[in-house]
Amino acid sequence: MISLPRNSRTRTWLGLAPAWLVIGVFMLVPIALMAVISFLEANPYGGVHFNFSTDAYVQIAFEYDLEDNLVFNPIYINIILRSVGLSILATVVCLVIGFPVAYFITLQPPSKRNFYIYLITIPFWTNLLIRTFSWILILGRNGVIETPLLLTGVIDDSLNMMYTNGAITVGLAYSYLPLMILPIYASLERLDFRLVEAASDLYAHRLEIMTKVIIPLSMPGIVAGCMLVYIPSLGAFIAPDLLGGGKRLLLGSLVQFQFATARNWPFGAAIAMVLLAFVVVALMIYARSARKRALIEGDL
Amino acid sequence: MKRRHLEVGRYHGLGTWTVLCFAFLYLPIGILIIYSFNASSLAMTWTGFSLDWYAKVLRNDSIQFAAVNSLVIATITTLFATAIATAAALALVRGGRFTGHTASLGLVTLPLVVPEIVTAVAVLIFFANLNLNLGIGNVIIAHTTFCIPFAFMPIRARLVGMDTSLEQAARDLYSSEWQTFRHITAPLLMPGILSGAMLSFVISLDDFIITLMVAPAGATTLPVYIYSMIRQGITPEVNAISSVFFAASVLLVSIYWLLSRRVMSVPKGTGTSNASGGSRT
Amino acid sequence: MMRKFGAPLVVVTLLVSGTAFAEGDLYIYNWSDYTAPDMVEKFETETGINVIIDTYDSNETALAKLQSGATGYDIVVPSQHFVEIMIKEDLLQKVAVHQMENFGNVDPRWTYPSWDPDQEYSAPWNWGSASFSYRADLYSGSGESLSEFFEPSEEVCGRLGVFEAPDEVINMANLYLGLPYCSEDPAEMTRIQELLVNQKPCVTTYSSEGLNDRLANEEVIISAHWNGYSKKGREAGADIVYAYPQEGIVGWYDSVVVPVGASNIENAKIFMNFMMDPENAAMQSNFSHYANAIMGSGPYLDESLSSAPELNVPADVPVIFGEACSPAAQKLIDRVWTKVLQ
Repeated sequence: MISLPRNSRTRTWLGLAPAWLVIGVFMLVPIALMAVISFLEANPYGGVHFNFSTDAYVQIAFEYDLEDNLVFNPIYINIILRSVGLSILATVVCLVIGFPVAYFITLQPPSKRNFYIYLITIPFWTNLLIRTFSWILILGRNGVIETPLLLTGVIDDSLNMMYTNGAITVGLAYSYLPLMILPIYASLERLDFRLVEAASDLYAHRLEIMTKVIIPLSMPGIVAGCMLVYIPSLGAFIAPDLLGGGKRLLLGSLVQFQFATARNWPFGAAIAMVLLAFVVVALMIYARSARKRALIEGDL
Repeated sequence: MKRRHLEVGRYHGLGTWTVLCFAFLYLPIGILIIYSFNASSLAMTWTGFSLDWYAKVLRNDSIQFAAVNSLVIATITTLFATAIATAAALALVRGGRFTGHTASLGLVTLPLVVPEIVTAVAVLIFFANLNLNLGIGNVIIAHTTFCIPFAFMPIRARLVGMDTSLEQAARDLYSSEWQTFRHITAPLLMPGILSGAMLSFVISLDDFIITLMVAPAGATTLPVYIYSMIRQGITPEVNAISSVFFAASVLLVSIYWLLSRRVMSVPKGTGTSNASGGSRT
Repeated sequence: MMRKFGAPLVVVTLLVSGTAFAEGDLYIYNWSDYTAPDMVEKFETETGINVIIDTYDSNETALAKLQSGATGYDIVVPSQHFVEIMIKEDLLQKVAVHQMENFGNVDPRWTYPSWDPDQEYSAPWNWGSASFSYRADLYSGSGESLSEFFEPSEEVCGRLGVFEAPDEVINMANLYLGLPYCSEDPAEMTRIQELLVNQKPCVTTYSSEGLNDRLANEEVIISAHWNGYSKKGREAGADIVYAYPQEGIVGWYDSVVVPVGASNIENAKIFMNFMMDPENAAMQSNFSHYANAIMGSGPYLDESLSSAPELNVPADVPVIFGEACSPAAQKLIDRVWTKVLQ
């Protein structure tokens, strides 16, 4: 770690000041507002009444049945678990697709690398909804994949690829792939290839070079990429709705539904708070391990 | 760092895999563009070639207005978010260990972890209470806030463990802090900054929920316009304007490509590994 | 004329001058593709008022934004039950629509509606209905009953599309079971829940986007639908028929209202009056493919519109308009819907 000269503390905080200012004012304060809202009573027409209530939290694990009896209700817990599962799957798919691509770009001559980076982001200049719509044309009945197979007689009925978890995963992976590739690339790009050569000189196997040298050294990028894919996937609703058929609620659609259609702000806020708690814990674990790693790297 | 493309770093099938990945990324775009030339208003039925939807876009003031809004917002947001994220990443990675390090890291990544709809409603209420009405400026503030982590992550990933010997050498040679930053640190950091900027640009360009909630009168963006077509059905007009965006991005890349090749032919002063970044200065 | 490339200019002026809008503007907040451009142009030419259109995706969004207080919109176009909620929540201004010059053009069927009994707040825009549509060439039924939608036969099972949001679906279920809208009776809502849960295994997708696309593509052969939207699908070449089940169809009626905090109230009133002129109302209908409530607009309507089966409800099919549900009823609806989509 470089040791900065004079009053480095002041400078550190100067560097952080804009971020604190912007995020502090326009994110922290609104979140505090949300936390308050989650403990209030819902106004049936949207918004809230200013009475303290823990109803929203109770509602996550329990429900009033139609006759107003309080019973245990696994619905929301199931929805949370389902969303987490799908997000992990999408993250893994992105990592498997993205890492080799990021690595390939790193191997290109410097003049070409930025070009590849642009190539990866260009598709995302077009609207996500309409891009996801295209997947219906690819995966759907009489779509790009099925039609040739039907015509050549490989299959004789629709494969029913649409409206499945597989379709959602494809959609999510497609939506967030650049968020995986770019950080990995940024981290791989500064990889010192002398280490690779050294490993090779020591007769390390190709696979060993990959798992023991390249992957560990690109870990910051991999972790950043996984977070950038995993977290937005949790709240995604376009791919689940369009490609999954919206038959099973996921977190993104659920929070959306509570705020917009059901107009139950406290409950929507409570779910968001629980979600936030999960992510914050994960982040703290990550920060701790990152600090440990930083210490080790600092010794190099 | 000297980059020698030795056989040792290479793996079989890497190129093929990348080609497949690009096919995965571009296949939907190809289909989207093809259907922008479809005579029918139904996305899934091909009835013949036509330029009608492009003509409609040309006549549709609202959609053009929304598209221009989107581009303006995304550009300004990217500038702000990338600058703030770069400063924060430098401070966090180079600042050593200090009280508030973890808190700051958490803060910068916070916008990422809050569900969009929550941010949207919260910021809407907040802006309303402040009586903040900067028109398109409201949207830019909100976008900058949630784009910071997207710019921050690649920059930080690049900075962590980045070789500092060049910077130290520069300092030893009595170059000023600013000179060191401008000629050594920034070029070294450029791939991270570029990645971060690209991410914030596309994230801002595509945002729907937050914009929908936060945008005051006169600040409708393209995604908001598109989602609001639900009542009437989404027409290939959207494909047409998306294709125009796509063409514009391809054009920009081509210009950049031509310019950078010209710069590239000039001998570089700095190390080869950061030539890509250096060429942008 | 609307500003075409004025965005950068808007940034500068707004950043510099805050909320100072030029005189002679009218900010309309509406669904996309739902404000006829030629009608707007005519309005701008006749009055010299500059129109700026912003868009929202749902009544709920419009309500949320008005509730938050900061908007700047002069005209909003919510559906009937949201007009009622907005009035209740003190979000709208009284503009005495009943005293306007063109008010006499409004079909008596639509004057002084239940959601605005004194016609103080709202002027008519378009109205339409929600029911289901089917592919006449692929489906053997005739759309005579909602049972074809809620208790699908084998040929429909797995090829059925339902709306994404509960509003219309649950109202349709109410019609089918002969129950009133917005029921507060748990027993009645239990029946609706059972109906929807039993329907679910046959449902391909709960989505309100691309309804015609999926019908044309044969992914579904029956889909919940809106009448004007269904008409567009038929005109694009797919054999899509909008069903008029004997139990009735769910009506919606969008109105022009002026929110509290509007800065160009006089212009908004001029616009409301303008919209009650037969020719202008017809221009709007021709563009949106939905009917209007103005007498005398018939001669100005496109032939495809006046003869469209989707817009001409058979006399024996009741059109029941959605209501603003009480909190208790809304809670039951939310629970039913969450149960169905769990």
